[in-house]
Amino acid sequence: MNGPILDFEKPIYELEKRINDLKELADHQEDDSLEGLELTREIAALEQKLDRLAQEIYSKLTRWQRVQLARHPRRPCTLDFISLMCTDFVELHGDRGFADDKAMVGGFAKMDGKPVMVVGQQKGKDTKQKLYRNFGMTHPEGYRKALRLMQLASRFNKPVVVLVDTPGAFPGIGAEERGQAEAIARNLREMTRLEVPVIINIIGEGASGGALGIGVGDRVFMLENAWYSVISPEGCAAILWRDSAKAPEAAEALKLSAPDLMRLKVIDQIIPEPNGGAHRDPKAQAQILKREILSALNELEQLKPHELIDQRIAKFRVMGEYVERGRE
Amino acid sequence: MEWFKKAKEGLISQRRKDIPDGIWVKCDSCGEIIYRKELEKDLWVCPKCDYHFRIKSKDYMNLILDSGELVEFDENLEATDPLEFKDSKKYPDRIKESQRKTNLNDAIVTGIGKINGKEISFAVMDFGFIGGSMGSVVGEKVARAIERALERRIPLVIISSSGGARMQEGILSLMQMAKTSALLARLYDHKIPFVSVLTNPTTAGVMASYASLGDVIIAEPKALLGFAGPRVIQQTIKQDLPPGFQSSEFFLEHGFLDLISHRQDLKKNISLIVEYLS
Repeated sequence: MNGPILDFEKPIYELEKRINDLKELADHQEDDSLEGLELTREIAALEQKLDRLAQEIYSKLTRWQRVQLARHPRRPCTLDFISLMCTDFVELHGDRGFADDKAMVGGFAKMDGKPVMVVGQQKGKDTKQKLYRNFGMTHPEGYRKALRLMQLASRFNKPVVVLVDTPGAFPGIGAEERGQAEAIARNLREMTRLEVPVIINIIGEGASGGALGIGVGDRVFMLENAWYSVISPEGCAAILWRDSAKAPEAAEALKLSAPDLMRLKVIDQIIPEPNGGAHRDPKAQAQILKREILSALNELEQLKPHELIDQRIAKFRVMGEYVERGRE
Repeated sequence: MEWFKKAKEGLISQRRKDIPDGIWVKCDSCGEIIYRKELEKDLWVCPKCDYHFRIKSKDYMNLILDSGELVEFDENLEATDPLEFKDSKKYPDRIKESQRKTNLNDAIVTGIGKINGKEISFAVMDFGFIGGSMGSVVGEKVARAIERALERRIPLVIISSSGGARMQEGILSLMQMAKTSALLARLYDHKIPFVSVLTNPTTAGVMASYASLGDVIIAEPKALLGFAGPRVIQQTIKQDLPPGFQSSEFFLEHGFLDLISHRQDLKKNISLIVEYLS
């Protein structure tokens, strides 16, 4: 295994290592020798134990542990999903106004042969890529690039698949000079007006306006261990306790996990992850997600453009909780 | 600490307080001591440096609407506690305390009023209520104000003043951005005018949704506007912020505002725009 291992993952990796060592040992034994049989039995027992352990650990993850999984260095990101779910990807660049934001990628691709427009934030894995991608923190030109591509898809009647994975819209001087707020606000309004099906998928981190800026659609799917919140746990902790080290507490308070968001009726569906998280089996993960996207597209393609838009508005219209005094 | 000191000059809102009591008032910007009565007469604008003091939602009603009259709607909407959120206080206690302090149910007042005889759907935010933050109640009241404009085919005017989405309602606050903007798509397609007025401060979730979606966007002078707060930007980029960064003047210069209006001209300007768009 390459790359770091999270604390709570350790027992699993240790057990896996033991199993692998034993398997190697078994390879050198005669199949019907006493030692060989003994080893086979032990391996089987350990594999059962591994299943139980993984089940135990991953069935009761805290919200903070999920945040860690969502940020796992080996978690598949947008371009991984595109290459695992699609063929014939033609990447398109630029906002036709200022620049090509490397933190936002997009282009036409085929999913099981069906042409779609895919857009999403790209985070980058090693240091060089992370810098190149600005850690997936989008500038205004990124939101404008995404909108340009989505409107292109809408004009040529291709559905839109959005992959959301960002630690936030970039807070910087240039971002403000070029209207970060305006770019996000415009996307919220214009994504509402797209005349084709739009499927939003929160695949990793969904930080605040930076995520929502490409987050308006007909279906909102969220991977089991992704997070989506009004503010990052670190940002929240810095405000509440003036200490970003209290992010684990903030993650609990913010209720930012997929099950939380399902309960708050903000997302439509939780996309299950392979046992142990998306990074343990990116291929399987991509297949699961692709199946759900295609099934949703099949359903939505029955609708006329105005029906799509009406339902999209109605979907977001009812979000929120309040009481009307005197009318209960 | 040099950069820290310097940057502070650029931060216009951080040290600003709500209007103080007393006969004399010191200008937060130039330090001038001003007679309270005179300041009131001048709509809380410093006669020496034109600094616009922060005023309440009620003051804007008096300033903008004919006879200060608003037929208020949805005043019975109140926040719940969907996250059971607790920091130094429980969220419901924070709400109750703000309600006592401001005499408002939440950070926005909405209804129907007239501006120079023309009926408008009007909404005005109040920074005094948890920093004008937008939770479900603010989002719902803005949504209904948009729907009223649609149903009656009357212009929409929103006066914003907000630090952004309300953290205590988590993701539901974020979704109010999508909710209000989705309804504004309707308004846009029906060609019903929307004038967005930005006052000090209008940032983050409100700025990144309806406040930036006006057909015409007007700001008061020297207001703090923007997506990210200046402190967050400074911590991220570890650089000095240029003087006047994120002020109304900065955003006018960069092409994101239609005009900056002195408070004395605000009613006239809104009224003229509404007339031109009708």
